[in-house]
Amino acid sequence: MSILDGLETGQVLAERTFSLSRDTLVRYAGASGDFNPIHYRDDVAASVGLPGVLAHGMLTMGVAAQPVVDWLDGRGWVSDYQVRFTRPVVVDPVDGAELTVVATVGAIDDAGARIDLTVSYAGSTVLGKAQVRVTPLG
Amino acid sequence: MNPELTERDFASVAPYLVGREKVREFARAVLATAPLHHDVEAARAAGFADVVAPPTFPIVVAEATLQQLLAEPDAGIDFSRVVHGDQRFTYSRPVVAGDELTATLRVTSIKSLGGNSMITSETTMVDAAGEHVVTSISTLVVRGDDS
Repeated sequence: MSILDGLETGQVLAERTFSLSRDTLVRYAGASGDFNPIHYRDDVAASVGLPGVLAHGMLTMGVAAQPVVDWLDGRGWVSDYQVRFTRPVVVDPVDGAELTVVATVGAIDDAGARIDLTVSYAGSTVLGKAQVRVTPLG
Repeated sequence: MNPELTERDFASVAPYLVGREKVREFARAVLATAPLHHDVEAARAAGFADVVAPPTFPIVVAEATLQQLLAEPDAGIDFSRVVHGDQRFTYSRPVVAGDELTATLRVTSIKSLGGNSMITSETTMVDAAGEHVVTSISTLVVRGDDS
């Protein structure tokens, strides 16, 4: 059965909350090779006028795709993924930051579907035009 | 920023061999728990040769090409003023462990907007057979003095 069967525009595929902590940022820095200190040093973040240590935009982008990948469950793959970084995610040293991801079917065609992501933190969206193109396997 | 960057030919960076443990490490880092990122048998059952890299993994490979851009002596890009504006990955097929990816950078546009400069680059990645796998498209915003 194709992932496209029964899919409807506007349908919410998944809604998930992810907790980011400073540990998450350090782990992402190591795995990605992005060691910009604004992602782990409060003093450096403050010195360049930031409200605090920020999550890597690419970490937010990476995490935000997971509800779609989990929904696909090996029945399809992500053939295109784009985002615009519109607001920073400040990660508190004690409380961290909570990201909420809502994945909604944006459009369907013969070859696949466009899934739109709404990614928010502290009540505001942090990614714009966050779109995942999914292509069925087989 | 130097507008002539769009006409420049950048050399391909040394081939990047996608390792199975690197895929697992990157997957853990983006909180990706789907079995096909971690479990070889699950990936093979879905039709892939080995564990599948998460959708944003190619940024690790693209990073080396972006460093090439920032290192251009006449680029006029102050790294401390750079923020990531947008990002896109356009795939011909998923990246799997065992892939050897060769990445080549091209600057596609340079614009000025309200004192900021925006530089868009494409990093094209091909496999060992020379077939296209994925293109990473990044826009970096270089903040002006006032922002």
